[in-house]
Amino acid sequence: MNAMVLAAEGSQNPLIPDVWEMLITGIGFVILLFIAIKFIVPAFEKVFADRANAIEGGLAKARAAQAEAKAARDEYNQQLESARLEAQKIREEARSEGEKILADFKDRANMESARITENAHKAIEAERAAAVVSLRDEVGTLATQLASKIVGESLDDDARANRVVDRFLADLDAEQGRTGAAR
Amino acid sequence: MNPALRIPAEFVAPSTEDMHLPPLFEVGSFAFGKQTLLILLSVVLIAGFFMFVIRRRAMVPSKGQFLGEMGYGFVRNHLGRDIIGEKDFRPFVPLLFTFFFFLLVNNLFGSIPVLQLPTFSHPGSAYILAAIAYVVWVAVGIRRHGLGQFMVKMTMPPNVPKILYVILIPLEFLSNLIIRPVTHALRVFATMFAGHMAIMVAAALTAFLATEVGGVLGVGGSVFGIVLGLFIYFLEVLIQVLQAYIFTLLFAVYVQGALQEGH
Repeated sequence: MNAMVLAAEGSQNPLIPDVWEMLITGIGFVILLFIAIKFIVPAFEKVFADRANAIEGGLAKARAAQAEAKAARDEYNQQLESARLEAQKIREEARSEGEKILADFKDRANMESARITENAHKAIEAERAAAVVSLRDEVGTLATQLASKIVGESLDDDARANRVVDRFLADLDAEQGRTGAAR
Repeated sequence: MNPALRIPAEFVAPSTEDMHLPPLFEVGSFAFGKQTLLILLSVVLIAGFFMFVIRRRAMVPSKGQFLGEMGYGFVRNHLGRDIIGEKDFRPFVPLLFTFFFFLLVNNLFGSIPVLQLPTFSHPGSAYILAAIAYVVWVAVGIRRHGLGQFMVKMTMPPNVPKILYVILIPLEFLSNLIIRPVTHALRVFATMFAGHMAIMVAAALTAFLATEVGGVLGVGGSVFGIVLGLFIYFLEVLIQVLQAYIFTLLFAVYVQGALQEGH
């Protein structure tokens, strides 16, 4: 204890600074500060900034690529949709076209058949009329001959002959009508 | 030669004299000793290390660059951005960086064999650094707020009954503008001084017990001295790192306080 006190008394007060040490420390500090400002801090900040930029740039690029892909997909979907609509329209048109053509043909066929039927009817009518006329003539002649043969008198007188034939025919018609009614 | 390690008949505790080794050379009153040499060595070491690891400015860092970035990023982000604030911290990054690593390396010199001297156990170095910090934060505050407003900020805490200002103004002035820089300097100086002294005492004790007392008791006691010395050594490493951090942290807090809007 004594020795410690003695030692403390013999030494300088530890709080009294050495001016030269202060100066050297100050100079050393300023030099280091200068180097830090001039070289170290800018270098590290640049690396940090570059790294941040690289990461942000990468993210931005990825976002852009994603947006582009989305736009392409939207466009593709839109095109697909419009193509589908187009196809439907074409199909619809084709169907209506087909129906129209079919109806057209049907009409034309109907008209043709109607025409043919009518022609046939006309031809049959004409044939029948002709047949009636020729039958009447023939039947008249045959009947006259038959009658003249039966009666034995000449029935050459036309007026009389016609009258006889008409009467005969009327009888014949009446008989036919009766049998027709009976049938 | 450490006088405590000479073999005296009676135990002589090491003193401050033992921290001041004879200078390497002298020019007039200028004595260039171990302490000043270590200061310059620290500048070379710090500048050399950081400039070497960042020389490639690689996007993907090497191990060395990663270590440098970790150290730099720690000061920049935790002491700068987190305390001074996103808006204002950038101009202070070089100062914070220099304070922290200058103190860290110089303190750790105390735990490196052969160098074995924490530079800030000499008071002059601690004073000048605290003075630089003081001038900077006061200047920053005056530039931001003007002298009058800055003094108001420093001496008149808000939301206090007016009558209390009679006591508060002198007290706040004393505590913020006079005691603050003194404690800023003494905190680092005293811890470094005391730590260095404690290690010297443990070493002297070990040497004294082993060589002077001798015998079973002496040798056994010297083993205790070694264990004590080792314990103090690791405690010192922790304190050396912590003090560098605290000094820089306090500087950042002072700057933040000086820049703060309103009061």
